[in-house]
Amino acid sequence: MTRITVTVNGAREETAVEAHESLLTTLRERLGLPGSKNACEQGECGSCSVLLDDVLVCACLVLAASVDGREVRTVESLADGSALDPVQRAFVETGAVQCGFCTPGLVVATHALLRENPEPSLAEIREALSGNLCRCTGYGQIVEAVQRAAKTMYLHGLDDE
Amino acid sequence: MTVLAGGTDLMVELNFGRRRPEHIVAIDRVGELAGIERNGHVRMGAGVTYTRMLADAGSQALAEAARTIGSPQIRNAGTIGGNLGTASPAGDTLPVLAALEATVVLRSKAGERRVPFADYMTGPKKSVRRADELIVAAEWDEAGPAQTYMFVSTRNAMAISIAGLAMVVDRARKRVGIGLGSCGPTIIRPADAEGFARGLFDEAGWERPHRPSESAAKELGRLVAAAARPIDDVRGTAAYRRHALAVMGARALSRVAQIA
Repeated sequence: MTRITVTVNGAREETAVEAHESLLTTLRERLGLPGSKNACEQGECGSCSVLLDDVLVCACLVLAASVDGREVRTVESLADGSALDPVQRAFVETGAVQCGFCTPGLVVATHALLRENPEPSLAEIREALSGNLCRCTGYGQIVEAVQRAAKTMYLHGLDDE
Repeated sequence: MTVLAGGTDLMVELNFGRRRPEHIVAIDRVGELAGIERNGHVRMGAGVTYTRMLADAGSQALAEAARTIGSPQIRNAGTIGGNLGTASPAGDTLPVLAALEATVVLRSKAGERRVPFADYMTGPKKSVRRADELIVAAEWDEAGPAQTYMFVSTRNAMAISIAGLAMVVDRARKRVGIGLGSCGPTIIRPADAEGFARGLFDEAGWERPHRPSESAAKELGRLVAAAARPIDDVRGTAAYRRHALAVMGARALSRVAQIA
C-alpha cells in the first residue's frame, strides 16, 4: 500500500491505496464518493469522468498512486446540498436521464465543455460528449440539456438559482 | 519496471488484472518530456498529449491523427510516447511518424539512441526499445502544409482504426511519405506508391498546387492497397481493408496535391 494525499472536491484527503488501484476505485471504495460510475474500466464509456487538475479524464485510467498532491473534482462537488447546479438541472428539465448511470459522467463532461466553450455548436457538443456512452436515451435530450445549460449559464452565470 | 504515461493502455491491463508489474513509474508530470520545440525541425517530447497536438503538432497530419483518437477524455491523457511505447499497428500517430520519416529518441543510463521510425517497430506491439530505455521524444523535419491523415472505423470517436493512411508531400525537399496503419504487423511504407506520387509531382511541379487526374489518383490507391499486408480480424476483413486503403490513397493524393 502507498499513502497519498489528494484534494478531492476542495477537501484534503489522506488515504492508503494499492499499487495497481485506479483513482476510480479510490474515489468509490475508499473516499465514499460513488457518483463516478464504474462500468467499462477501459476508458470507453466515460461514466467515471472527473476533473484531474481541471482536466477532464476517465478516473479508471488514472493510477491512484500518481495523484498524490493533485486535485480531483467529481460530480459530487456540483450540487449545493439539494440545490442542483445549472447543468444537473438542465438534464432533469429536458428528461436527459433515463436509467441515470451515465448521467454523472455526462454532467462532468458538460461542465468541462461549457467552461472552455460557453456557446458550443451542435457539432461541438456531440464532439465534446463523444467519450460518454448512454445506452438508453439516444442522446437527443442529452444534447438538448447541454444547450439548455449553456443558455442558462450564459444568461445567469454559474451561480444561477 | 513499467513506465506509465497517459494510462490509456496500461491502466486497462491493470484494471483487468492482465498485468501486475512490481514497480510502476508514472512519468506524466515530468516537465522535460512535455515540451514541443519547433525551428524547422520538430522535437516533440514523449509526454505531449493528443489534446496538445490538436493546437500545436508541428505537422498537420499529426494534428489530424490526434483528432481521430478516442474522445476528449482519452486525448487529455494519452501521449505520443505512449502511442510509440505500445507500438500497436493501429496506433493513429504512427503512420504519420512513418510518413514524416521521424526519429524516435530513446534514452537509458548508457546514453541516448536515435532510431529512425522505419526501424523502430518490429511487430504488433513490438519495438527495438530495450527494457532499460525510456522514449523521450519524436523528431522530424517540418514538411510544410501538404499532408493529411485519414482512417476508416465504425464511428468517429472511441473506435480503433480499421485502416489508416498518412500522406506527407514535402514540396521543398521533393519527398513523398506514405504510412499505412492497421494493415500489417507494423506500419507499412508503400514504396511503389510513393515513387508513383513523386513522378506525379515531378511532372506537375513540386512548388505548385495541382489537381491530379482521376486515373492517377486511382492508380496511387491501387499501389497503396497492393503494398498492404492486412489480415481478417474482428474489426474488418483483409479485403475490406485493401478496398479502404485504395479509396483513402486516392482521396489523400487529391487532397494534398491541391495544398501548396
